[in-house]
Amino acid sequence: MTTRITSYCRITNRFIYVNNALLHSNEDLAFADFAKQAYKLATLNYLKFFKMDNLSKLGLLAAEFTLAGKNWQERYTPDEVALCFSNASSSIDSDRKHQESIGNRSNYFPSPSVFVYTLPNILAGEICIRNGFKGENSFFIFEQFDAENMVNIVQQLFINEQCKACVMGWINYDSEQADALCCLIEKSDNEKELPFTAENYSYLYFNTKPQ
Amino acid sequence: MSQLANELKTEIIKALNLEGVSPEDIENDAPLFGEGLGLDSIDALELIVLLDKNYGIKIDSAADGKAVFHSISSMVAYIESKK
Repeated sequence: MTTRITSYCRITNRFIYVNNALLHSNEDLAFADFAKQAYKLATLNYLKFFKMDNLSKLGLLAAEFTLAGKNWQERYTPDEVALCFSNASSSIDSDRKHQESIGNRSNYFPSPSVFVYTLPNILAGEICIRNGFKGENSFFIFEQFDAENMVNIVQQLFINEQCKACVMGWINYDSEQADALCCLIEKSDNEKELPFTAENYSYLYFNTKPQ
Repeated sequence: MSQLANELKTEIIKALNLEGVSPEDIENDAPLFGEGLGLDSIDALELIVLLDKNYGIKIDSAADGKAVFHSISSMVAYIESKK
Protein backbone atom coordinates (compact mmCIF):
# COMPACT_ATOMS: atom_id res chain seq x y z
CA MET A 1 0.00 0.00 0.00
CA THR A 2 1.03 3.58 -0.63
CA THR A 3 1.14 6.38 1.92
CA ARG A 4 -1.51 8.86 0.83
CA ILE A 5 -2.98 12.19 1.89
CA THR A 6 -6.43 10.97 2.89
CA SER A 7 -7.73 14.30 4.18
CA TYR A 8 -6.44 17.83 4.60
CA CYS A 9 -7.31 21.28 5.82
CA ARG A 10 -5.76 24.50 4.58
CA ILE A 11 -6.18 27.72 6.57
CA THR A 12 -4.81 30.90 5.05
CA ASN A 13 -5.53 33.94 7.20
CA ARG A 14 -9.34 34.07 7.26
CA PHE A 15 -10.12 31.25 4.78
CA ILE A 16 -10.67 27.60 5.71
CA TYR A 17 -10.56 24.90 3.04
CA VAL A 18 -11.24 21.24 3.75
CA ASN A 19 -10.24 18.83 1.00
CA ASN A 20 -10.14 21.72 -1.47
CA ALA A 21 -13.66 22.98 -0.69
CA LEU A 22 -14.04 26.40 0.91
CA LEU A 23 -15.65 25.79 4.29
CA HIS A 24 -15.62 29.27 5.81
CA SER A 25 -14.21 32.75 5.32
CA ASN A 26 -14.52 36.11 7.02
CA GLU A 27 -11.84 38.64 6.17
CA ASP A 28 -13.18 41.31 8.53
CA LEU A 29 -12.29 39.59 11.79
CA ALA A 30 -9.25 39.51 14.03
CA PHE A 31 -7.86 35.98 14.17
CA ALA A 32 -9.17 35.25 17.68
CA ASP A 33 -12.72 36.12 16.58
CA PHE A 34 -12.33 34.18 13.34
CA ALA A 35 -11.10 31.20 15.36
CA LYS A 36 -14.15 31.50 17.60
CA GLN A 37 -16.41 31.32 14.53
CA ALA A 38 -14.49 28.27 13.31
CA TYR A 39 -14.80 26.69 16.77
CA LYS A 40 -18.58 26.98 16.53
CA LEU A 41 -18.54 25.69 12.97
CA ALA A 42 -16.59 22.63 14.08
CA THR A 43 -19.02 22.15 17.03
CA LEU A 44 -15.96 21.57 19.15
CA ASN A 45 -17.53 21.90 22.64
CA TYR A 46 -14.04 22.06 24.15
CA LEU A 47 -13.75 25.09 26.44
CA LYS A 48 -9.99 24.63 26.87
CA PHE A 49 -9.77 26.02 23.32
CA PHE A 50 -10.38 29.53 24.62
CA LYS A 51 -7.36 29.36 26.91
CA MET A 52 -4.98 28.49 24.07
CA ASP A 53 -2.70 30.90 22.25
CA ASN A 54 -3.46 31.65 18.61
CA LEU A 55 -0.87 29.18 17.27
CA SER A 56 -2.49 26.32 19.18
CA LYS A 57 -5.98 27.46 18.18
CA LEU A 58 -4.86 27.43 14.54
CA GLY A 59 -3.32 23.95 14.84
CA LEU A 60 -6.24 22.50 16.77
CA LEU A 61 -8.77 23.82 14.26
CA ALA A 62 -6.75 22.58 11.28
CA ALA A 63 -6.46 19.12 12.88
CA GLU A 64 -10.13 19.11 13.83
CA PHE A 65 -11.30 19.81 10.28
CA THR A 66 -8.77 17.35 8.84
CA LEU A 67 -9.93 14.52 11.10
CA ALA A 68 -13.67 15.26 10.91
CA GLY A 69 -15.51 12.11 9.86
CA LYS A 70 -12.34 10.05 9.47
CA ASN A 71 -13.19 7.79 12.45
CA TRP A 72 -9.53 7.00 13.04
CA GLN A 73 -10.42 5.29 16.35
CA GLU A 74 -12.03 2.44 14.40
CA ARG A 75 -8.80 1.65 12.56
CA TYR A 76 -5.91 2.67 14.82
CA THR A 77 -4.95 2.53 18.47
CA PRO A 78 -3.89 5.86 20.04
CA ASP A 79 -0.20 4.93 19.93
CA GLU A 80 -0.36 4.14 16.20
CA VAL A 81 -1.12 7.77 15.29
CA ALA A 82 1.93 10.04 15.04
CA LEU A 83 2.09 13.82 14.76
CA CYS A 84 4.69 15.81 12.88
CA PHE A 85 4.45 19.57 12.43
CA SER A 86 6.65 22.41 11.30
CA ASN A 87 6.65 26.18 10.95
CA ALA A 88 8.94 29.17 10.59
CA SER A 89 7.75 31.49 13.36
CA SER A 90 7.99 28.97 16.18
CA SER A 91 5.96 30.43 19.08
CA ILE A 92 7.17 34.01 18.49
CA ASP A 93 3.68 35.50 18.89
CA SER A 94 3.34 34.17 22.45
CA ASP A 95 7.05 34.75 23.14
CA ARG A 96 6.50 38.44 22.39
CA LYS A 97 3.47 38.64 24.70
CA HIS A 98 5.47 36.99 27.46
CA GLN A 99 8.36 39.39 26.89
CA GLU A 100 6.00 42.36 27.17
CA SER A 101 4.74 41.06 30.52
CA ILE A 102 8.27 40.84 31.97
CA GLY A 103 9.79 43.91 30.29
CA ASN A 104 8.93 46.36 33.06
CA ARG A 105 10.52 45.44 36.39
CA SER A 106 8.18 47.79 38.27
CA ASN A 107 5.13 46.13 36.74
CA TYR A 108 6.37 42.54 36.58
CA PHE A 109 3.47 40.14 36.29
CA PRO A 110 4.28 37.29 33.87
CA SER A 111 1.15 35.35 32.99
CA PRO A 112 1.49 31.57 33.50
CA SER A 113 -1.15 30.93 30.85
CA VAL A 114 0.88 32.92 28.28
CA PHE A 115 4.18 31.40 29.37
CA VAL A 116 3.02 27.80 28.85
CA TYR A 117 2.59 28.53 25.14
CA THR A 118 6.13 29.81 24.60
CA LEU A 119 7.06 26.58 22.80
CA PRO A 120 5.60 25.62 19.40
CA ASN A 121 5.31 21.90 20.19
CA ILE A 122 2.68 22.72 22.80
CA LEU A 123 0.23 22.79 19.91
CA ALA A 124 1.07 19.14 19.15
CA GLY A 125 0.36 18.36 22.79
CA GLU A 126 -2.98 20.16 22.61
CA ILE A 127 -3.97 18.09 19.56
CA CYS A 128 -2.86 14.88 21.34
CA ILE A 129 -4.87 15.75 24.47
CA ARG A 130 -7.95 16.65 22.46
CA ASN A 131 -7.85 13.46 20.33
CA GLY A 132 -6.13 11.01 22.66
CA PHE A 133 -3.16 10.41 20.35
CA LYS A 134 -0.19 8.74 22.01
CA GLY A 135 2.16 8.10 19.07
CA GLU A 136 5.45 9.78 18.16
CA ASN A 137 5.28 13.53 17.90
CA SER A 138 7.73 16.14 16.73
CA PHE A 139 7.86 19.78 15.71
CA PHE A 140 10.44 21.26 13.35
CA ILE A 141 11.36 24.88 12.69
CA PHE A 142 12.31 25.63 9.07
CA GLU A 143 13.12 28.96 7.44
CA GLN A 144 10.19 28.42 5.13
CA PHE A 145 7.65 25.78 4.08
CA ASP A 146 9.80 22.72 3.37
CA ALA A 147 7.99 19.86 1.65
CA GLU A 148 11.03 17.66 0.96
CA ASN A 149 12.18 17.43 4.56
CA MET A 150 8.71 16.96 6.01
CA VAL A 151 7.78 14.20 3.59
CA ASN A 152 11.09 12.42 4.29
CA ILE A 153 10.59 12.65 8.04
CA VAL A 154 7.01 11.37 7.92
CA GLN A 155 7.92 8.54 5.51
CA GLN A 156 10.56 7.47 8.04
CA LEU A 157 7.85 7.25 10.69
CA PHE A 158 5.91 4.81 8.51
CA ILE A 159 8.98 2.54 8.24
CA ASN A 160 8.44 1.96 11.95
CA GLU A 161 5.60 -0.56 12.14
CA GLN A 162 4.20 1.27 15.15
CA CYS A 163 3.09 4.23 13.00
CA LYS A 164 -0.08 3.53 11.00
CA ALA A 165 -1.27 7.11 10.50
CA CYS A 166 0.22 10.57 10.86
CA VAL A 167 -1.33 13.98 11.39
CA MET A 168 1.22 16.33 9.91
CA GLY A 169 1.72 19.70 8.32
CA TRP A 170 2.69 23.35 8.54
CA ILE A 171 1.15 25.50 11.28
CA ASN A 172 2.51 29.05 11.27
CA TYR A 173 1.11 32.03 13.17
CA ASP A 174 2.53 35.47 13.85
CA SER A 175 0.94 38.90 14.30
CA GLU A 176 -2.54 38.00 13.00
CA GLN A 177 -1.12 36.09 10.01
CA ALA A 178 -2.37 32.50 10.03
CA ASP A 179 -0.97 29.94 7.61
CA ALA A 180 -1.71 26.24 8.04
CA LEU A 181 -1.83 23.02 6.07
CA CYS A 182 -2.74 19.93 8.07
CA CYS A 183 -2.86 16.51 6.43
CA LEU A 184 -3.85 13.04 7.55
CA ILE A 185 -1.42 10.52 6.08
CA GLU A 186 -2.43 6.86 5.93
CA LYS A 187 -1.53 3.75 3.97
CA SER A 188 -4.20 3.28 1.36
CA ASP A 189 -4.97 1.59 -1.96
CA ASN A 190 -7.52 4.22 -2.93
CA GLU A 191 -6.08 5.75 -6.10
CA LYS A 192 -8.43 8.71 -5.84
CA GLU A 193 -6.38 9.90 -2.87
CA LEU A 194 -3.15 11.81 -3.48
CA PRO A 195 0.09 9.86 -2.91
CA PHE A 196 2.07 11.49 -0.12
CA THR A 197 4.92 13.04 -2.08
CA ALA A 198 6.71 16.35 -1.71
CA GLU A 199 5.20 17.45 -5.01
CA ASN A 200 1.61 16.77 -3.89
CA TYR A 201 2.13 18.17 -0.40
CA SER A 202 3.60 21.35 -1.94
CA TYR A 203 0.77 21.54 -4.45
CA LEU A 204 -1.84 21.58 -1.67
CA TYR A 205 0.08 24.27 0.19
CA PHE A 206 0.62 26.62 -2.74
CA ASN A 207 -2.60 26.04 -4.66
CA THR A 208 -5.33 25.85 -2.02
CA LYS A 209 -6.12 29.55 -1.75
CA PRO A 210 -8.72 32.19 -2.57
CA GLN A 211 -9.13 32.42 -6.34
CA MET B 1 -18.63 41.20 50.41
CA SER B 2 -21.08 41.29 47.53
CA GLN B 3 -19.35 44.08 45.63
CA LEU B 4 -15.89 42.56 46.09
CA ALA B 5 -17.23 39.11 45.17
CA ASN B 6 -18.74 40.44 41.95
CA GLU B 7 -15.55 42.35 41.14
CA LEU B 8 -13.51 39.22 41.73
CA LYS B 9 -15.76 37.08 39.56
CA THR B 10 -15.42 39.54 36.68
CA GLU B 11 -11.63 39.62 37.07
CA ILE B 12 -11.40 35.82 37.19
CA ILE B 13 -13.55 35.38 34.08
CA LYS B 14 -11.31 37.82 32.21
CA ALA B 15 -7.98 36.48 33.53
CA LEU B 16 -8.86 32.81 32.93
CA ASN B 17 -10.67 33.29 29.59
CA LEU B 18 -13.79 31.53 30.88
CA GLU B 19 -15.77 31.63 27.67
CA GLY B 20 -19.53 31.73 28.08
CA VAL B 21 -19.35 32.19 31.88
CA SER B 22 -20.93 35.27 33.50
CA PRO B 23 -20.48 36.45 37.11
CA GLU B 24 -24.02 35.24 37.90
CA ASP B 25 -22.98 31.70 36.92
CA ILE B 26 -20.39 31.51 39.71
CA GLU B 27 -21.79 30.74 43.16
CA ASN B 28 -19.92 32.32 46.05
CA ASP B 29 -19.47 29.04 47.93
CA ALA B 30 -19.02 26.64 45.01
CA PRO B 31 -15.56 24.99 44.68
CA LEU B 32 -13.41 26.68 42.01
CA PHE B 33 -11.32 23.56 41.33
CA GLY B 34 -12.25 19.99 40.51
CA GLU B 35 -15.96 20.52 40.21
CA GLY B 36 -17.58 23.93 39.92
CA LEU B 37 -15.62 25.93 37.35
CA GLY B 38 -13.24 23.02 36.76
CA LEU B 39 -10.10 25.14 36.93
CA ASP B 40 -6.67 23.55 36.44
CA SER B 41 -3.14 24.09 37.76
CA ILE B 42 -2.33 26.88 35.28
CA ASP B 43 -5.50 28.65 36.39
CA ALA B 44 -4.28 28.37 39.99
CA LEU B 45 -1.09 30.17 39.00
CA GLU B 46 -3.14 32.85 37.22
CA LEU B 47 -5.18 33.37 40.41
CA ILE B 48 -1.98 33.85 42.41
CA VAL B 49 -0.85 36.49 39.87
CA LEU B 50 -4.32 38.11 39.96
CA LEU B 51 -4.23 38.53 43.75
CA ASP B 52 -0.73 39.98 43.59
CA LYS B 53 -1.40 42.30 40.62
CA ASN B 54 -4.86 43.58 41.56
CA TYR B 55 -4.77 43.47 45.36
CA GLY B 56 -1.06 43.47 46.25
CA ILE B 57 -1.50 40.19 48.13
CA LYS B 58 1.07 37.39 47.92
CA ILE B 59 0.27 33.78 48.77
CA ASP B 60 3.14 32.54 50.92
CA SER B 61 2.54 28.79 50.98
CA ALA B 62 0.82 26.07 48.98
CA ALA B 63 -1.28 25.16 52.03
CA ASP B 64 -2.60 28.75 52.22
CA GLY B 65 -3.36 28.68 48.49
CA LYS B 66 -5.53 25.60 48.77
CA ALA B 67 -7.70 27.24 51.44
CA VAL B 68 -7.74 30.69 49.84
CA PHE B 69 -8.70 29.47 46.38
CA HIS B 70 -11.40 27.08 47.54
CA SER B 71 -14.21 29.43 46.48
CA ILE B 72 -15.07 33.05 45.77
CA SER B 73 -16.14 33.43 49.42
CA SER B 74 -12.79 32.20 50.71
CA MET B 75 -10.92 34.50 48.33
CA VAL B 76 -13.01 37.48 49.42
CA ALA B 77 -12.44 36.64 53.10
CA TYR B 78 -8.70 36.41 52.50
CA ILE B 79 -8.56 39.73 50.63
CA GLU B 80 -10.56 41.47 53.36
CA SER B 81 -8.34 39.99 56.07
CA LYS B 82 -5.30 41.52 54.37
CA LYS B 83 -6.74 45.05 54.10
